[in-house]
Amino acid sequence: MNERIRRLREQSVNTKPYISPERALLLTQFYQQTNDPTMSPAVKRALAFRYLLENKEIWIGEGELIVGERGPAPKATPTYPEVTCHSLQDLEILNSRPKTPFIVDEKTKKVYQEVIIPFWRGKTIREKIFTEMSAEWKDAYEAGIFTEFMEQRAPGHTVLDDKIYRKGFKDFKREIEESRRRLDPFHDPEVLQKKEELKAMEIVADALVIYAHRHAAKARELASKEKDPQRKAELERIAEVCTHVPENPPRDFWEALQYYWFVHLGVITELNTWDSFNPGRLDQHLYPFYRKGLEDGSLTEEKARELLQAFWIKFNNQPAPPKVGVTAEESATYTDFCLINLGGVKPDGSDAVNELSFLILDVIEEMRLVQPSSMVQISKKTPDEFLLRALKILKTGFGQPSIFNTDAIIQEMLRQGKSLEDARSGGASGCVEAGIFGKEAYILTGYFNLPKVLEITLHNGVDPETGKKIGLETGDPRRFTTFDELITAFQKQVQHFVDIKICGNNIIERIYAEYLPAPFLSLLIDDCIAKGKDYHAGGARYNTSYIQGVGMGTITDSLASLRFHVFDKKDISMDELLALLAKDFEGNEEWRQILVNKTPKYGNDDEYADSILRQVFEIYYQAINGRPTLKGGTYRVNLLPTTVHVYFGKKTGATADGRKAHEPLSEGVSPVQGADRKGPTAVIKSVAKIDHLRTGGTLLNQKFTPQLLASEEGLRNLARLIRTYFRLDGHHIQLNVVTAETLREAQKHPEKYRDLIVRVAGFSDYFVDLSEPLQNEIIRRTEHQSF
Amino acid sequence: MTDGIVFDIKRYALHDGPGIRTTVFFKGCPLRCLWCHNPEGQRPGPEIILRPQRCLENCHRCVEACPKLAITKTGPLPHINPALCDCCGVCAEVCPTEALEMVGRKMKPEEVMAEVMKDFPFYEESGGGVTFSGGEPLLQPDFLESLLILAKKNNLHTVVDTSGQASFSVFLRILPYVDLFLYDLKLIDPERHRSVTGQRNDLILENLKKLASLTDKIVVRIPVIPTINDDEANLRQMAAFIKSIGRVAGIELLPYHELGKDKYARVGMEYKLTTVTKPSPEEMERVASIFREANLNVSIGG
Repeated sequence: MNERIRRLREQSVNTKPYISPERALLLTQFYQQTNDPTMSPAVKRALAFRYLLENKEIWIGEGELIVGERGPAPKATPTYPEVTCHSLQDLEILNSRPKTPFIVDEKTKKVYQEVIIPFWRGKTIREKIFTEMSAEWKDAYEAGIFTEFMEQRAPGHTVLDDKIYRKGFKDFKREIEESRRRLDPFHDPEVLQKKEELKAMEIVADALVIYAHRHAAKARELASKEKDPQRKAELERIAEVCTHVPENPPRDFWEALQYYWFVHLGVITELNTWDSFNPGRLDQHLYPFYRKGLEDGSLTEEKARELLQAFWIKFNNQPAPPKVGVTAEESATYTDFCLINLGGVKPDGSDAVNELSFLILDVIEEMRLVQPSSMVQISKKTPDEFLLRALKILKTGFGQPSIFNTDAIIQEMLRQGKSLEDARSGGASGCVEAGIFGKEAYILTGYFNLPKVLEITLHNGVDPETGKKIGLETGDPRRFTTFDELITAFQKQVQHFVDIKICGNNIIERIYAEYLPAPFLSLLIDDCIAKGKDYHAGGARYNTSYIQGVGMGTITDSLASLRFHVFDKKDISMDELLALLAKDFEGNEEWRQILVNKTPKYGNDDEYADSILRQVFEIYYQAINGRPTLKGGTYRVNLLPTTVHVYFGKKTGATADGRKAHEPLSEGVSPVQGADRKGPTAVIKSVAKIDHLRTGGTLLNQKFTPQLLASEEGLRNLARLIRTYFRLDGHHIQLNVVTAETLREAQKHPEKYRDLIVRVAGFSDYFVDLSEPLQNEIIRRTEHQSF
Repeated sequence: MTDGIVFDIKRYALHDGPGIRTTVFFKGCPLRCLWCHNPEGQRPGPEIILRPQRCLENCHRCVEACPKLAITKTGPLPHINPALCDCCGVCAEVCPTEALEMVGRKMKPEEVMAEVMKDFPFYEESGGGVTFSGGEPLLQPDFLESLLILAKKNNLHTVVDTSGQASFSVFLRILPYVDLFLYDLKLIDPERHRSVTGQRNDLILENLKKLASLTDKIVVRIPVIPTINDDEANLRQMAAFIKSIGRVAGIELLPYHELGKDKYARVGMEYKLTTVTKPSPEEMERVASIFREANLNVSIGG
């Protein structure tokens, strides 16, 4: 990388995230000034958005080529008091917590105390949600049965397609006008809402253009003062770019990147959407501009590389908005899950890998940043050369790019009723979630703690951690005479808690649709404009809601233990086993060791355990899949944890697989840490026994020693391993290439390992930034080595 | 079909032939190479091993379970009286921590093959298959032949990893079912060979010569053990010998490693090669160059 990029990158990596009150303050001013009671929420939100973009500070950093920051400067992190208004105590926690802190200065605290808190307290979405939730919902939430994604962050979870590379905001406005013309007041009772929504979209479209023009003006101003002729020319070029996009379609590579970046800033300024708004299939979108630039001589490979690197740094400048409480624990990272997709197939089904795909891999390798995240889509048509190039980067040990199965993703999407062409132009986002880019709202609503539900089942509806009855009375397990009775009881409890979760979701989704529409995001996602409907209200072409199952390994091994010892071998009674768990195995390490070592375990290609995995999957799937959502969409399942397996573990007592109380659960669909002893092929065979095609994504983490991948041949065999997993319909696999020894050293001497990046679940993060239990969990994962 | 004694079945084996493989380790070996990294594979019958650091101090499950009353535990560790123990394996079965473990068990060829076939999709994808190693697989000829026939019925690529210390009639029996031989060669001088492996190498050299006259699907594997066989004289003799026997598919040099050292104590044996260390990449390169000079196709393995 050149000097400019090196400097910008250093700045981004070394600047500590801090809270900026700018957005909160401007938003509060707007709401204080605007009290027209007849104004629709959509229009009000649109005007608020415009007010923010008209008044926020414009930042153009020294040497920057791609411009625009969400806050007043890099790493300045805004807050969203309309969703969550942080208390002074919250701010104190953010400022002082050892992991993922945000600096909060005195001035910010003062602004909060005097302006933000007095205005927003009692009016936030978070408070509204907790007021509306039933007592049983709150009991389950507090017990750690499930989490709630929308209590501090707005629903988002969508990715952009290719539309902005073809259309300017001028064109979006034309589409709005057409949609308005098509409204049928004689037959459409929703005509007023639609008019208001379209009006709101028009306002936000203008707002982003205004925002871009403010950058153009600032660049011109800087250019007029600039002494260095080269920088002066750059600033003039920036001014020209920002004048042209987003109002008009981009004409070249630079404009395409800058256009996307303005759109990105628009989405993350409007609301703190849950994760992953990102350009999606970047190598596909940019390729025509890349080719054209090279052909007409306006672009070189080096210039394209530099612009991409500058673009990468912009993502790293935006930490995920600050979270507190349970939500902070379920996603304890600065990463905001912008997952750039490379490779895959084209809409016509042919292989999509091009030379830009390779160039972007170079950028990923060289930048070595935790944001944006990146992945490669591997279809059966993808050349090995591309997979091997990606593995060579993975081998350097920072957990990127992750590897996805395009053919599985397409089948998952088709099963959900989406069109083949849409499916082929989609991909995965966030951690591992499959979706149709530019046309789908695929909302993750919360994690679901399967091992905890078994704990409740084993206590006849009571949570032994609190003594509170929060589940159904499914019978005293001591009286169960068959394993089937236990499974039936477990199945009833799962159904019960899923019902509670979905009742809550229905209310929460309505709250967002009603009070916090997102006209800017709606502008970008088909078919919101055509339907005149907000993204939060079902405007997208496809609407899917997920509840993410967690702890597949722990639940499978626990049930396998119960079946094996209590019902099959009968070498311990249910009563005795429950007593062991209640005492957290104290005084009986012998039996804990038997449960750990002498019991069938998931991850070893052992039908005894793996058949139970299938049963659990079926129970979870049947409880959720196909249920209707408020947006007119459908509930689906996926299996991933971010960092919630640590939090859920804390809430769950000792389990029958020998796991001690409050230790982390297994993560994703990976086997319990250390339980897989037959190598990676056995893991893959076991994991492939889940029907991945009926999910919207699964997450498998594997740890390899660097030595195993040292040779070309080792790498090629890894590629064959992955190809086989994909042939068995596996959705995704991710690798850590690091030894436990290195990780233990890093734990002891964090100062020496500041740049050590590891794969956590669906994202990479600095190892030293992780909580200690999470660090330990990663160390305990089975290390596949050569022998 | 004849049962055999197997001490391990390793999946995702990457160094025993092409692609992703499963390696089946046969128990029992006629040689006693000082550097052997699978000492638990030397003796022919099943045996019980102890990993002392895993044993739970207050646990007496093995003592209580032993039908021959061969185990006593007065201190922190159990003691097995070899005179009474018949290696039935009950103690290992009840041991919670796998401190006691049974090495080697009697298996039917079908049983072994069922385990091997679990990774079939990986073999197909990678051009891999099954490798029979040990110990010395040719010491259990009936079992080996049954397995090879089964493997071929299942369309598997087959590799046999041998020390060569076996009757040539066994080679002739298995030859039709073997896609590749990994043939270990250590030293040319018979007396030096005897002093570090316990056996002279006359049979080994003769078998290799005969085998090479029948097939070229042979990779000669040479463990490079500093001070034992890495002297120029021996290397040149080996190069000349390999050259003289006709075509072989290649030569693979395996650098000595100490990873097997810890296993010796577990099986109640002594590791005698305490002063030898792993050869450096430069050293390996020097060794390789000697074979290259002789126009032999040589690679350095891991």
